[in-house]
Amino acid sequence: MRSVLHLLRANRQFLTGALLLGVVAVFALLSFFSPYPPNDSFVVPPDVPPSAEYWMGTTSRGQDLFWLLTFSIRNTLLFGITVAVLSRLLALVIGLVAGYSGGLVDRALMSINDTFIVIPLFPILVLFYFVMKDHMSWGLLALMMACLGWSYDARLIRSVAMSLRHREFTESAIFSGMSTRQILIEEHLPYVLPIVFSTTMNNINWSIGLEVTLSVLGFTDINTPTVGVMIYWANQHTALVAGIWWWIFFPVLLVVMLFIGLFLLAVSMNEYIDPRSRLGRTGA
Amino acid sequence: MSSPVLAVEGLKAYYRTSAFGVRREVRAVDDVSLAIAPGEIYGLAGESSSGKTTLIKTIANAIQPPLQVLAGSVVFNFRDRTVDIHAIERESLADIRWKHLSYIMQGSMNVLNPVRRVRHAFVDFAFRHVGGSMAEFLDAVRAHLERLHLGPDVLDAFPHQLSGGMRQRVTIALATVCRPEFIIADEPTTALDVVVQKGVLAMIHEVQRELGSSIIFVTHDMAVHANLADRLGIMYAGRLVEEGRTADVFRRPRHPYTRHLIASLPRLGDSAPKEGLGGTPPNLADPPAGCRFHPRCPLATDICRRDAPPMTEVAPGHRAACFHADQVAAP
Amino acid sequence: MSPALLEVDRVSRTYSGGLLTRRRVTAVNDVSLRLDADKPEIFTVVGESGSGKTTLARMILGLVPPTSGAIRFRGADLARLPSRLAFMREVQPIFQNPFEAFNPMKRVDRYLFATARRMAGLTNEPAIAEAADRALKDVGLSLAEVRGRFPHELSGGQLQRVAIARALISRPALLVADEPVSMIDASLRASIVNLLRDLCRRERVSIVYITHDLATAYYVSDRIIIMRRGEVVESGQARAVLDNPQHPYSQLLKSSVLSPEVPSTGAVRHA
Repeated sequence: MRSVLHLLRANRQFLTGALLLGVVAVFALLSFFSPYPPNDSFVVPPDVPPSAEYWMGTTSRGQDLFWLLTFSIRNTLLFGITVAVLSRLLALVIGLVAGYSGGLVDRALMSINDTFIVIPLFPILVLFYFVMKDHMSWGLLALMMACLGWSYDARLIRSVAMSLRHREFTESAIFSGMSTRQILIEEHLPYVLPIVFSTTMNNINWSIGLEVTLSVLGFTDINTPTVGVMIYWANQHTALVAGIWWWIFFPVLLVVMLFIGLFLLAVSMNEYIDPRSRLGRTGA
Repeated sequence: MSSPVLAVEGLKAYYRTSAFGVRREVRAVDDVSLAIAPGEIYGLAGESSSGKTTLIKTIANAIQPPLQVLAGSVVFNFRDRTVDIHAIERESLADIRWKHLSYIMQGSMNVLNPVRRVRHAFVDFAFRHVGGSMAEFLDAVRAHLERLHLGPDVLDAFPHQLSGGMRQRVTIALATVCRPEFIIADEPTTALDVVVQKGVLAMIHEVQRELGSSIIFVTHDMAVHANLADRLGIMYAGRLVEEGRTADVFRRPRHPYTRHLIASLPRLGDSAPKEGLGGTPPNLADPPAGCRFHPRCPLATDICRRDAPPMTEVAPGHRAACFHADQVAAP
Repeated sequence: MSPALLEVDRVSRTYSGGLLTRRRVTAVNDVSLRLDADKPEIFTVVGESGSGKTTLARMILGLVPPTSGAIRFRGADLARLPSRLAFMREVQPIFQNPFEAFNPMKRVDRYLFATARRMAGLTNEPAIAEAADRALKDVGLSLAEVRGRFPHELSGGQLQRVAIARALISRPALLVADEPVSMIDASLRASIVNLLRDLCRRERVSIVYITHDLATAYYVSDRIIIMRRGEVVESGQARAVLDNPQHPYSQLLKSSVLSPEVPSTGAVRHA
């Protein structure tokens, strides 16, 4: 805890990132206090610019932009985190097993891995939408993206695992009778976690970016509000042409804050989590 | 002695770190004074956490944060100038380095660029000091190499084409090509095989004799000191605890640590039981009060636990920092 | 002939070059040795870098398979062991760098407890702690000193003792020590070397001791082999071989060793 406070004080990047993320998180939490259910339309006068009564204005569908945005950002965040967690798990398992086992297992896993790296994501996701159509849901999309998003980082994790395999403490662990699973989880995981952590941030950014792209084009479930879906509807109602700039501006602002906040956090926490520098601090 | 080449007075150099809310001060060099005469090989011995590496860095002014010099001075008396190594500007430092003061390091690959031929190392380091045209310079370098029994074709080789021992010899040739007055040798033979080590040490000795340079030779290997050093300084926990002529220190040590160290060394042909030193090396971030050796010393008394013993002369040319120097038995 | 504990039978290990070269490097060439089961001894392998001594050690530990020849432990070929765990119970390593032998991010007592659990088969906590404590006391430490510590909180000498303690928990018959004292301060070396000699006599553990330091080898070994470029050049009773080496390489080695004594003539600083 002391280190977190020290980080907040000393590292401006961390502070900025934490603040930005804090704002976004607060916003998402506000969704629980919303007076309007998210999908109701024409509950307020449409096309009202930002004012004292409607802080962010209203949409052409008669929704209060502020409260709509709270739902959107909540859904977007949840989506990003789900994809990140699922794909981290996949990357960890595959990376650690491949790096530790070597030989045929490694080759087989890496062939699969490289196939996934090469697959062009966007066309596949669009295809997925067309196949699923009405059965399309966010859960399904999240699952799909998790299955596509692990391969890059699995390789990173694998190279760390490979170098750890030949360290002497791994051999000590083997001669202490520890099982492979125990060695991977207890001995190697701490070295791999920094990578996992920083790639999680990037992964969230990536998945949200992809989601926004798909949604804006209409290739997702457009009935659940997310940031991308909001922009989709704004485009449908030709918001920019009609002069309803706030409908696009505020979602984009919030998503940019999220991106930058996550990025800054990832960059500033890297040094903190790196096991070598951590040892230097605790007194090696 | 007549004006020493190197005079270190009361040197204190600590590592001060303050990261993520944790402050640490590692007292790596704590009040060290020594002097090295011209043409002398001074051995500096010490084990892990003795501070000898930090002392060398400080003498060479290779200081970077978090290492800070807190007190004391390091003064070189070269033939044509006197230099306080911490007080001069960077340009003057570049003038001195390699010409008056040079280094032989532990890994030859710390000095030689693996992707360039050996010749370039000489040009990069020494050309500015020797001057003349490139052709004249290279001729001078070849002559130098020949004096050291290294073939001139070594210049055209890449470092990986030479063996470890050859590379280290090249490093020595590199350090001596400008005929420096003072050479800092930091564990130059530690990573080498025993057979190769012998040749490299012989080369160092020969070069030193020919150039008349002074060398401060740092190693933890006492056998090397016994066979090479004129005078020997023993460091423990950041302090110099004994110093004298090598033969005196080995045959009649006056500090309990030195005595134990020498007595515990195995010798070929000697199967008598040896006893190791008990306890553990001190933590320089939190060293013991008074004499830093007292937790492990068989002669420790109350005064040792309270006061740090000063370096006093116990015999002509032989100093030791111990309140009970006269009670130390021969090893 | 008494049953053999360890038999290294004409073992060789070659490495083929990578994709682009067809060079083959012979790390170990036709090495044989034999340790008796009822005569525990310290068997030293002396060699410089590139002599193959570390490769030999790793083959004995079963970490690297020989390319020809066989290694048998208690008559069972290492390549066809019924139970790797049973083998590891009896043969344990001690590595060169005590700071590398333990995960710097984990506490050292973990390894002791894990060995007690898996290798000695103990299941309840008090028994495990007691086994660890006993092993530590055998090496001159105690569980109280070591409990909860990270590797960087202990000195090299202490860590190496903990490593030896860990290796002893399963009461092995053979220890393979690869340069166990070369990274430890000279003043602490004698106690570790004495400890190994003690363990051999008292606990009747045979030790394969790998080193490049002739002086320590002289002090502690019963039998010795000298290796050069993968081959054994000389072997026999340690003191006999080192007092009077026959092979030119052994003689060269011996003459190159520096003695920690100031030469009385004062001028012997040359080859």
